[in-house]
Amino acid sequence: MSAINDVAIITRRQLLLLTRVPEVLIFSTIQPVMFVLLFRFVFGGSISTGQPGGYVQLLMPGIFVQTVAFTLAGTASGLAEDMKKGLIDRFRSLPISQSALVVGRTLGDSLLNIVVLTVMGIAGFVVGWRPSAGLGNVALGFLFLLFFGYALSWVGVLVGLSASDARVVQNVSFIVTFPLTFLSNAFAPTTGMPRILQYFAEWNPVSTMVAACRQLFGLKNKFGATAGSYPSEHPLTTSLVYMVVIMAIFIPISLRKYRNSLD
Amino acid sequence: MKSVIADQIVKTYDKGRVRALDNLSLDVEEGTVLSVLGPNGAGKTTVVRILTTLLRPDSGSASVAGIDVIKNPEKVREVIGLSGQYAAVDEILTGYDNLVMFGELYHLGKKQAVIRANELLERFALTEAAKRPIKTYSGGMRRRLDLAASLIVKPKVLFLDEPTTGLDPRGRQEMWGVIEELVKGGVTLLLTTQYLEEADQLADEIAVIDTGKVIARGTSDALKKQVGGERLEVVVEQANVAKTLEIVAAVSGNKASLDEGLRLISAPVSTGSAALFEVLKSLDSAGIHALDVGVKRPSLDDVFLSLTGHAAEEKRAENEEKKRGRK
Repeated sequence: MSAINDVAIITRRQLLLLTRVPEVLIFSTIQPVMFVLLFRFVFGGSISTGQPGGYVQLLMPGIFVQTVAFTLAGTASGLAEDMKKGLIDRFRSLPISQSALVVGRTLGDSLLNIVVLTVMGIAGFVVGWRPSAGLGNVALGFLFLLFFGYALSWVGVLVGLSASDARVVQNVSFIVTFPLTFLSNAFAPTTGMPRILQYFAEWNPVSTMVAACRQLFGLKNKFGATAGSYPSEHPLTTSLVYMVVIMAIFIPISLRKYRNSLD
Repeated sequence: MKSVIADQIVKTYDKGRVRALDNLSLDVEEGTVLSVLGPNGAGKTTVVRILTTLLRPDSGSASVAGIDVIKNPEKVREVIGLSGQYAAVDEILTGYDNLVMFGELYHLGKKQAVIRANELLERFALTEAAKRPIKTYSGGMRRRLDLAASLIVKPKVLFLDEPTTGLDPRGRQEMWGVIEELVKGGVTLLLTTQYLEEADQLADEIAVIDTGKVIARGTSDALKKQVGGERLEVVVEQANVAKTLEIVAAVSGNKASLDEGLRLISAPVSTGSAALFEVLKSLDSAGIHALDVGVKRPSLDDVFLSLTGHAAEEKRAENEEKKRGRK
């Protein structure tokens, strides 16, 4: 019980930090909103989708997934920052659950995602995004997004603990997340890519997540993955499996790394 | 009763190539202050980290307040307070926020945590700054807040790792005042420092460490006696060096030595200020004008020189710097 209490306190600290430095919240929402506007108006006119409602219907799930994928960088740099400051020493010398600090941070970053996704959803609505599915499915789509962000947050924990410097963390996280979000069906169809990249894009968890969200938001899932492949036909199942696998691998590794990080 | 015991601790880094602690043993009697004195890289922080459960030793055993550090780290964490070399508080949060958060993490409950936070802010003269983010604090204020955070649940044993390193003289004085108050309250304290003066002021006993080993321990007086007490030092113009050597030798009753570069003549003395008066009188009657004259107490460097035959790393570099500067 006290472990849950410890985690709650750390999560609250994270939210308190956001209120003390509102810039963090502002910039973590401005960037995705800017992406929505740029892609909507730069590519929206030239990509013909054959989709009722136009490119923005396909784009929004893509940007949602990209945004939650960057949780990895947020968690990683936040944790690296704490390690640097020696704050971790204090936390570790307290009689609290030793994993509370890491678990609290991943939860805090997920709460931030709720805010960011809400703001993006509103921005999308303003520029013409209209999910055609029922409220239940749309909500399930957002739940998928949060869950995906949470899973990647644990990859971020490992990155944050492994890097020697907070600036390195930023770079590493971008090297991991950028190819993943662009070698996917998030912004353009994968069918125009070289064959080898197509296979990668097809099985890329970002693609399956984007496809899953499109399906849940009521789109015909045809923009992107090569028809007939398992992940393109079953994006929901594939995404769920990915998320569970990511967590099953990275939670224990990250926690062990944290416990041994100062040995 | 011993509150802290470290027995034959070995800690190596870099696959055994760097031996940070080399069979180090020390102990602290309950209710007393032990200062671990040594230069940078001697292993001071490593000792503290092991005793506060942040690091596991390769071999050896340790206990704090009778609890085994390696077998029961969770239990140890309930009875210790740690204030590190770097103020380990959240810079973005306010002083008040930090203390309340740590209070809650000590399971005080929100209400008690708030009461305790206010008490500590008051005690460490931080009430005015309570609602400001830590990043606006001075170095001294940060350290005080960090110390306050380590005292939230009245620890049985307190560890302070270089509490005044990097502080200006005023910040150091303030910090010493705060620590002296604590000591009067009867806390068991293990304090590391690079400054003999600090150990002198605060500690009942001093353990001098170098390259991971305790090379001497005892009271401050005992260590100084071992080093050889005070030295009379005079700096004069080149032309007066020979004559001054004679005068200093005569006054001190000991052989005087000369640092040619600095034109500094020195000799051990036992009479302190009387010797100073004596030498000034003699120099005056010989018509010699001294550029600088003083009685120097043994420094950490002297302790090191006499105990190990080599100077404390930092001091040595500093002195060389000075020499070059004067030339």
